[in-house]
Amino acid sequence: MTDDLDMPREAAPARAVSPLKAFFWLVRRELWEHPSAWIAPLAVAGFAVFTHFISAVTISAAERQAVLAATSSAKFMVPYSAAIGTIIILGLVVGALYSLDALQGERRDRSILFWKSLPVSDLLTVLSKAFIPIVVIPASILILAIAANLLMAPLQSLVWLAQGYDPAELWGRLDLPYLWGALAMGIPFIALWYAPFYAWFLLAAAWARRAPILWAMAPFVPILMVEHLVLHNTPSHWALERRLAGGILEPYTVPNTGEKVVWIDHAGQFDWGRVYSLPDLWVGVAMAALFLFIASRLRRSRPPL
Amino acid sequence: MAIIEARSLSKTYGDTVALQGVDLSVGEGRIVGLLGANGAGKTTALHALLGLVEYEGELSVLGRDPWSHREALMQDVCFIADVAVLPRWLRVSQALDYMEGVHPRFDRAKAEGFLGKTAIRTKARVRELSKGMVTQLHLALIMAIDARLLVLDEPTLGLDLLYRKQFYDALINDYVDHTRTIVVSTHDLHEVQHILTDVVLLDRGRVALNCTMEELEARYLEVLVAPDKLAAARGLGPISERPIFGRTAVMFDGVERKRLEALGEVRTPHLSDLFVALMAGRYAGPEASLNGEAAA
Repeated sequence: MTDDLDMPREAAPARAVSPLKAFFWLVRRELWEHPSAWIAPLAVAGFAVFTHFISAVTISAAERQAVLAATSSAKFMVPYSAAIGTIIILGLVVGALYSLDALQGERRDRSILFWKSLPVSDLLTVLSKAFIPIVVIPASILILAIAANLLMAPLQSLVWLAQGYDPAELWGRLDLPYLWGALAMGIPFIALWYAPFYAWFLLAAAWARRAPILWAMAPFVPILMVEHLVLHNTPSHWALERRLAGGILEPYTVPNTGEKVVWIDHAGQFDWGRVYSLPDLWVGVAMAALFLFIASRLRRSRPPL
Repeated sequence: MAIIEARSLSKTYGDTVALQGVDLSVGEGRIVGLLGANGAGKTTALHALLGLVEYEGELSVLGRDPWSHREALMQDVCFIADVAVLPRWLRVSQALDYMEGVHPRFDRAKAEGFLGKTAIRTKARVRELSKGMVTQLHLALIMAIDARLLVLDEPTLGLDLLYRKQFYDALINDYVDHTRTIVVSTHDLHEVQHILTDVVLLDRGRVALNCTMEELEARYLEVLVAPDKLAAARGLGPISERPIFGRTAVMFDGVERKRLEALGEVRTPHLSDLFVALMAGRYAGPEASLNGEAAA
């Protein structure tokens, strides 16, 4: 073909877009598409506050006496720690479901052809998607759990006042700073501990044409079957079990108590140094990084569905 | 400077050969129509240009290898790779925010100006828009990018006549400026014929024809032949004929205009008629003949 218009085109100087700014917009984009990342934990937090209020109103006089007569503060703390636990578990589930969809959904609706028409790398895109379950959801768990506790305590106090009890009794035994300290220590650990799962799910979704959950589980099934049926030795099974339970057990139980699980119950037992220097934690983080890198290579080459 | 330079570009999917030794050079400011039957390799060729598929052979777009430098390339290239690829959950305002956030050459005011000429509300989600409006939105977003190369792959597929016309009118009025290079693959030949500067015809993964519109017009002629002169016309070796209102439109490849004028009214064939003629297999072995004569 001839080139009869020989004047070079002078493109206007481009505004600079730093990777950080692009990343910010990528994360916002994810939250536009997946508002459940923060709405679901918010809904559960609201539900926890509501049920706590109802139970404070409807508790029988005998039960109230039993709680007041208890010597430990544990009974006061149960609704507060239960609210936190529920929000954490829901956050983990939302993160897993999100990860199983994120890199497949854009291929399913072919929107990947639009996203790829923009000057954003596959790696940055995959990192922004991993950022949701590993950073955004844990951060919203932390904020929402504390906010739920902050609403629960005054509401319970009002109910007590209305029923003629002294709220000072409640506040005297309610150790919320301990709960929040435990949350602050545990949440980043939980996020990093489960990061390889999220990264693996993202990888499976980038690979699979359909049913990424089956692809995510596929490699484990033959390994576990061989271990159980042929070798009668199950190291992978134990490793998997330890990985699944470890996110909660490592930060919140007293170590070296043998078979018996002893949960921590006061701030003196926090052991940040031990928890964050566990080699398993960082091996998992390295695996997550590897999975995310592979996922970004897959995103580059996998066609829309 | 060549905007696109391809040498022996090939691509296979398993046993299926999508592209087979394609050579192509597109200069700045050209508007290239990429034509071909379904499955001819048009989309694969365009996806290779855009860094969406890996390929064999040499390919350079704006001096870069698209497969390994897609991210950098997309600062200067924009594309509509398919109809309806905007995600359904996206709001128009979010699309503008996002483009402004990540694209260094996106001009938001320009996009809003284009959208102002349509019935699209900024608060609307893509899922609430009609198919035609989604395409309008996509075009508005793409045209607001100050890119050097625009690639369109069947951008108006499935749209009604009115939207198709609006799409190409907007493109011509607001985008074409003789410095921007456009590669468009479409079956709407009526709408694009008058803006194209070049035509590339793909047939089963090979370049069957590659010429400028001037060359095309000089080479292919159509004569409206009355029944009494049909035998004489057939004697000159036409590549196709079809009846029109009692006469026959006979198309010739490379026959002198003067010789044809004796047979009847001579005119430049419409691109769509030429496409049908070349694709209908009236040539014995269209692939070989076309390849041999392709004017590069």
